Amino acid sequence: MDLATLLPQLLGIAWLLPLASFVLILFFGPKMGPHGRNAAWVATAAIVTSLVLSLVAFVSWLGAHPVTAVHHGGDHGAAHASDHAAAGHSDASDHGEASGHGDAAASHDERGVHAPVAYSGDWYTLYEGGRLKLSIGWYVDSLTILMFVLVTFIATCIHVYASGYMHDELHDVTDHEVTLADGHHLHRAGRFPRFFQALSLFCFSMMGILIAGNLAMVFIFWELVGICSWFLIGFYYERQSASTAANKAFIVNRVGDFGMLIGLMALWGALGTLHFADAKVVGADGQAATVPGLFSLVRPAESGHALRVPDGMVKFAAADKVARTPVAEVAGKIEAWRAEGLGRWLLFIAGVGIFCGCVGKSAQFPLSVWLPDAMEGPTPVSALVHSATMVAAGVYLVGRFFPVLSPDVLLVIAYTGAITLFIAATIALVANDIKRVLAYSTVSQLGYMMLALGVGGWVAGLFHLVTHAFFKSLLFLCSGSVIHACHTNDMRKMGGLAKVMPYTAGTMLVGCLAIIGAGIPFVIGLSGYYSKDSILAQALSFSQANPRHAILFYAVAGGAFLTAFYMFRLWFMTFAGKARDHHVHEHAHESPQVMVMPLLVLAVLAVVAGWTLPGGFGIANLLEQSRPAGTVDTTTGGFAFGQTLTIPAEYLSHGEPFHATATWTAFATALGGVLLAAAMYVWRVISPAAVAMVFRPVYTFLANRWYFDELYHALFVVPAHGLAATASGIDQGLIDPFLNGLAWVTRLVAGIDSWIDRTLVDGLVNATAAATWSAGTRLKVLQTGSLRQYVAFIAIGTVALFVIASLFFRASLAG
Amino acid sequence: MLLGLSFAVPLFGLLTEPVSVAHYLVVGAILFVSGIVCMAIKRNALGVLMGIELVLNGANVNFVAFASPYLQGTGSRSLGLDGQVIAVFVILLAAAEAAVALAITLNFYNNHATVDVDRADDLKG
Repeated sequence: MDLATLLPQLLGIAWLLPLASFVLILFFGPKMGPHGRNAAWVATAAIVTSLVLSLVAFVSWLGAHPVTAVHHGGDHGAAHASDHAAAGHSDASDHGEASGHGDAAASHDERGVHAPVAYSGDWYTLYEGGRLKLSIGWYVDSLTILMFVLVTFIATCIHVYASGYMHDELHDVTDHEVTLADGHHLHRAGRFPRFFQALSLFCFSMMGILIAGNLAMVFIFWELVGICSWFLIGFYYERQSASTAANKAFIVNRVGDFGMLIGLMALWGALGTLHFADAKVVGADGQAATVPGLFSLVRPAESGHALRVPDGMVKFAAADKVARTPVAEVAGKIEAWRAEGLGRWLLFIAGVGIFCGCVGKSAQFPLSVWLPDAMEGPTPVSALVHSATMVAAGVYLVGRFFPVLSPDVLLVIAYTGAITLFIAATIALVANDIKRVLAYSTVSQLGYMMLALGVGGWVAGLFHLVTHAFFKSLLFLCSGSVIHACHTNDMRKMGGLAKVMPYTAGTMLVGCLAIIGAGIPFVIGLSGYYSKDSILAQALSFSQANPRHAILFYAVAGGAFLTAFYMFRLWFMTFAGKARDHHVHEHAHESPQVMVMPLLVLAVLAVVAGWTLPGGFGIANLLEQSRPAGTVDTTTGGFAFGQTLTIPAEYLSHGEPFHATATWTAFATALGGVLLAAAMYVWRVISPAAVAMVFRPVYTFLANRWYFDELYHALFVVPAHGLAATASGIDQGLIDPFLNGLAWVTRLVAGIDSWIDRTLVDGLVNATAAATWSAGTRLKVLQTGSLRQYVAFIAIGTVALFVIASLFFRASLAG
Repeated sequence: MLLGLSFAVPLFGLLTEPVSVAHYLVVGAILFVSGIVCMAIKRNALGVLMGIELVLNGANVNFVAFASPYLQGTGSRSLGLDGQVIAVFVILLAAAEAAVALAITLNFYNNHATVDVDRADDLKG
């Protein structure tokens, strides 16, 4: 079976298994063993099978496209020659043509133009009408497979961990954080199966985003991920804070998704397709035709995959000129219109729109407020959803959609990332809730990734996404282990836990070292060392190419320092020194084996994930295989901000002088951060309290999280409430009185009508009845019952009749 | 003098004429009126029944009188017995009526221990 057929099948099954698990648990969850205990096994079995299938796909991929060191420069195209000879840009539905297509790719290679290997196709068409085609399809390249392995692997770890962590839910739960009206704590049934049901649905949705072959499908699963997140954050929905946090996450994400819808409409309206890749279809005349996807529309192969405004957008923007031009001449004038710059704003809007969705999902500024609150969910959820996968979806989509993003959009992305990383890092400095520190750290690291993508570091950003997923889920699971032991999130009550929880302390130290990018410069380091260095190097490269944006590099370097400080502040406060709260310390204990095992596995991966083996095998080089066409070399462009932007080629950042500078910068900032944290929290040379006193305004500002929540409350929540109050006032003050008046008038008319009925109509009827009655009563006396009177009446009556008749009919009788 | 009476007393003239249909009619009328009066003034139910018989027979006399061949037209193709036939019917019906009436009277007597029709005012309105 060739790869083009095999991969969609493997990944498709891996994708659908969690859905099957979800359906099973949904219908039979409570019947699965005592209190649904076996639901965990069903969900875990599904995700483990998905992991195995993903690994098989991964190995198959490696078999067909061996990962080798990438050599850039004059002959960088040749490095990919073997890839393209094997498969090229092919389609599963008609692999017979793949060789011809592959040849075409190879010939591109001879010209030195890179084109990534990807397989795409459709499983099922949901709807097709006019230009709109909605389908469930796949787009598989090395990034997809890597993300599949990553998501299923971390999800597996977290399923195992959660089956231990959530054991409280196996029996009735008394929730001490919920006080009922009668003063008692809430007592409720356990919800063990429900948790795994939502987890399975989440895995299915997340993999749906990864495998999606078109933006419409991405959007569908994007929303599914959102609703899963809502389920999971609001798992303890009786708690006011949890349900509010769930709603907040959902609503804030809707804001971003609205932008995404605009982007989708811009793309579909102008280009008429949402598919990433080209599709081969059999037309009505029986001829096979290639329908270009978004990637080839924006970066057509004939122009060397250089970004240009697609014809559709040019025509869309020049609609009035098209109307005035004879149909036959339109095609000839497109180039001229493109040169005028028509349609470039549309491309910009499309890119920024799609990025808006990513801003929401990846908690970037200004929509970052939901992620820290999302820590109300159970800790395994925080680890899976809000550190390793769901928030990664935004970065993943930017990476996937990268070919369509113009330099201006990239600059927007870079600055958004820079602002996010700086704000989140400063807030993390002063947070005392262990999960919140990690949450802000996540936001900050996501900012790093976005910035990396924005400055052209496609591999750097996604590389950091992968390594971050490992060490951040590790950190979250460690924090869960601590919370499990201490029953509190507050780091001020912890301290000295390293002795009682050696495994947790050790693995968390590994996580902290990984996230700050610790390593011996130029020799070896933890996973973060490699990914962070490549981001720094690319940012430096970008800053030198565009001196006006040098601040981006300083943001990254400063962020690295802050990261080192707050991560080690967290570690020192939690594990080092003496116990601050003896009550907490006495109860602390190492977590059960089922929770420690995932920690160890993830710790190992947090160390090795960034390594590149001799021979070139490594995540960075694997990602390099899927680098979007046309982004290998330095490109220039941009119009929106009044300047030409240079997006430097990424391979340049691996060379000198950037690499050495970046490595030393990273090393120095990280070391400085750790030393400062140690000085404040271990050696006690500097008193944190004194620092907080000296910088009181800054401290208060940061401790209140830059007043973002208050700002949004004032800007959006209060006006929304005000609007609601106004609307309610209009309802109650205008519409209700109007309706009441209408009702009053109706009642009045009805009263008059009723009076007429009662008085006139009824009166007439009653009068008739009364007259009849009285006549009857009066005639009654004639009925004496006396036989002799009757006889007399008959006789007299007869005689009278005769007399009367004789009076009137005298003439006729006489005649 | 007789002529003078004939103007003063109604039907007086009949006394001076040979027996004719008019004389029968007078007898019938007398019988009828006697019967009516008998029905109206008798309190005994049997008396009332007798009055009924008189009324019926007054009518019978009229039927028979009007059946006189002197009153029939020349073109008549009947047997000339119509009046007699009706009279026989009336006698028949009278017998049947008397049987029913006597039965009612007996029942009434059983219930009220009297045959006084003034006591029979149960149908008073």
